[in-house]
Amino acid sequence: MLAYLIRRVGLAVITIWAITIVTFIILQLPPGDFVDAYVAQASAMGTAISAGEAAALRHAYGLDQSVWVQYYKWMAHIVHGEFGQSFEYGRPVTEVIGDRLWLTILLSIGAIIVTWGLALPIGIYSAVRQYSIGDYIFTFIGFVGLAVPNFLLALIIMYVGLRVFNVSVGGLFSSEFQLAPWSWAKVWDLAGHLPVPMLILALAGTAQLVRIMRANLLDELRRPYVVTARARGLSERRVIMKYPVRAALNPFASTIGYLLPYTVSGSVIISVVLSLPTVGPLLLHSLISQDMLLGSTIILMLGVLTVFGTLLSDLLLMWIDPRIRLGQLK
Amino acid sequence: MSATTAENKVAVASQRQLIWWRFRKHKLALVSAFIVAAFYLVAMFADTIAYTEPFDTQSARSYIPPQPITWFDADGHFHPTVNALKGKRDPRTFKLSYAPDPGETRDLVLFGHGYEYRLFGLIPTDIHLLGVSNSRPQDALFLLGTDQLGRDVFSRLVLASRTSLTIGLVGVVMSLVLGVLLGGISGLYGGWIDVVIQRVIEILRSIPTIPLWMGLAAAVPNSWTPQQVYFAITLIISLIGWTELARVVRGRFLALREEDFITAAELAGASQMRIIFKHMVPSFLSHIIAAVSLALPAMIISETTLSFLGLGLRPPAISWGVLLQDAQNLQTLALAPWLLVVALPVIVVILAFNFLGDGLRDAADPYG
Repeated sequence: MLAYLIRRVGLAVITIWAITIVTFIILQLPPGDFVDAYVAQASAMGTAISAGEAAALRHAYGLDQSVWVQYYKWMAHIVHGEFGQSFEYGRPVTEVIGDRLWLTILLSIGAIIVTWGLALPIGIYSAVRQYSIGDYIFTFIGFVGLAVPNFLLALIIMYVGLRVFNVSVGGLFSSEFQLAPWSWAKVWDLAGHLPVPMLILALAGTAQLVRIMRANLLDELRRPYVVTARARGLSERRVIMKYPVRAALNPFASTIGYLLPYTVSGSVIISVVLSLPTVGPLLLHSLISQDMLLGSTIILMLGVLTVFGTLLSDLLLMWIDPRIRLGQLK
Repeated sequence: MSATTAENKVAVASQRQLIWWRFRKHKLALVSAFIVAAFYLVAMFADTIAYTEPFDTQSARSYIPPQPITWFDADGHFHPTVNALKGKRDPRTFKLSYAPDPGETRDLVLFGHGYEYRLFGLIPTDIHLLGVSNSRPQDALFLLGTDQLGRDVFSRLVLASRTSLTIGLVGVVMSLVLGVLLGGISGLYGGWIDVVIQRVIEILRSIPTIPLWMGLAAAVPNSWTPQQVYFAITLIISLIGWTELARVVRGRFLALREEDFITAAELAGASQMRIIFKHMVPSFLSHIIAAVSLALPAMIISETTLSFLGLGLRPPAISWGVLLQDAQNLQTLALAPWLLVVALPVIVVILAFNFLGDGLRDAADPYG
């Protein structure tokens, strides 16, 4: 168990380190360094930055030195929570991101809960009533869910919402709450706006999980112990829920590690389409306007949070699954 | 008697035949194979199937709605025609709108004349699959309507499928090279090399890919030509797409290493290279083909997504994602809902690839 724990935490640390390197590369990729961009931006806004100030900034970030020193200095800033200034907004990056990061997390976690909540009963139903009409309908919806990229789904739902129901499904807040400070009314408003984007985000993952759950449960249902349980006169509900479903759940739970990055990725895109106030539209905007400190900070934060989320779910899995806890499962 | 002949037939059939027999049973996969083939045919003959120059802008023809075809004439004979369009300007709002002119029809003809192009980039011609009599197609034919700049959506869609379908192929080839190489090394040598490669795959799969792709794609310089951007985007997509292929290859290598016929070949003194290429590769080739057909739709979605966000291919290049970008906001969708038609081929081809891949995966191991 301890070995498993150390392995998981070690892998998470290496992954985060890899993410910082990739983020650093993205920061460095555009021509010129970000102080050039900053100076250009400032002069466009009418405030001139003297050559001395620019040099001081360069020195602070080590831009006049080798790539390794630059990486080290950049990391030193980040570890102290200094992510720098957004050129476009003229404010600290963390301030620009603000609530958006939490809304992204809320949306992603919500979507995962929806995914689980839908996939579990549908998967059980599809396996127990194999080849029934319901099974065929869910299989069909599942395939469509897998095939339709989620930004397309968001686009189509937005269009249908406008045409058929005459409602606009974009945004996470009604207009009167957009700039208002947090209050219970605002939270309630948010709760009303969340379900549609959550469902869109959850569909593809659900489709995948239903297929896994169905296949696993079908395998289990053919086992002799199920026949024994039936022969002993257990109720059908007990026969299915007590053992086969629990056994089929194990591989199901382990997919969470891939579900989280996938959902976070998806949230970025559908936020752009549905104009949700998450980090998605901000990331796109910052990348297009080459506001690299803002863009790379968002990529870094999303990556690190995803790794943390995966690590947490792994620990949760270890707590649930005795085979991992006792070190029998590699 | 007949049962035994059938059994005998199975017993002496080659592996290729067994795979084909198994694949044939999966009807949905079979149909999907034809659909995928049809899509690639369209991509190949895109210039011929398009009837209007896809870059030809005409502000006067902005947002023409799709034009219905009348298949039969008044006597019930097969005689496809389209109504000529007449533009009318609303005297109050000055908004130009097009309405079919019932008095004037144009005959739809096969292999009519249109804009000049080179077939396969070689043969100069102006023959297109569809044309209209007594008019130029760019003035009379708008099967799927036009976009804001008055470009014909049908012709653009057909040409976009060429870009989107080939970008998937090129991307898959790149990931295949990476996947087979790294997966093969991982499965063949095992030990610490295997551990390192497996951890790298795990790390890559635990990072959200879209933000990463966006960051990398945003760094592609504006000054690059469409061809350079095309390759840069494919490279970015395949850099992460190889992990699944590597996993499949490694799994096959591990499974095959234990097989009797490999041990037999080793005992017979065959060299490592001979074992890999003569014995191992043929027996997992079918698995690789199946994995590739499942990886292709993911590549197509990636390109479409990036281009849709404006970070992938950029106009004047046309791909499905670039076309969908036009349908991004609600105002446009309310005004010109037909621009959303691009979603249809994307969904159909991805579904077809998924079914085809499923069928191939089942057929890849015909002994089970």
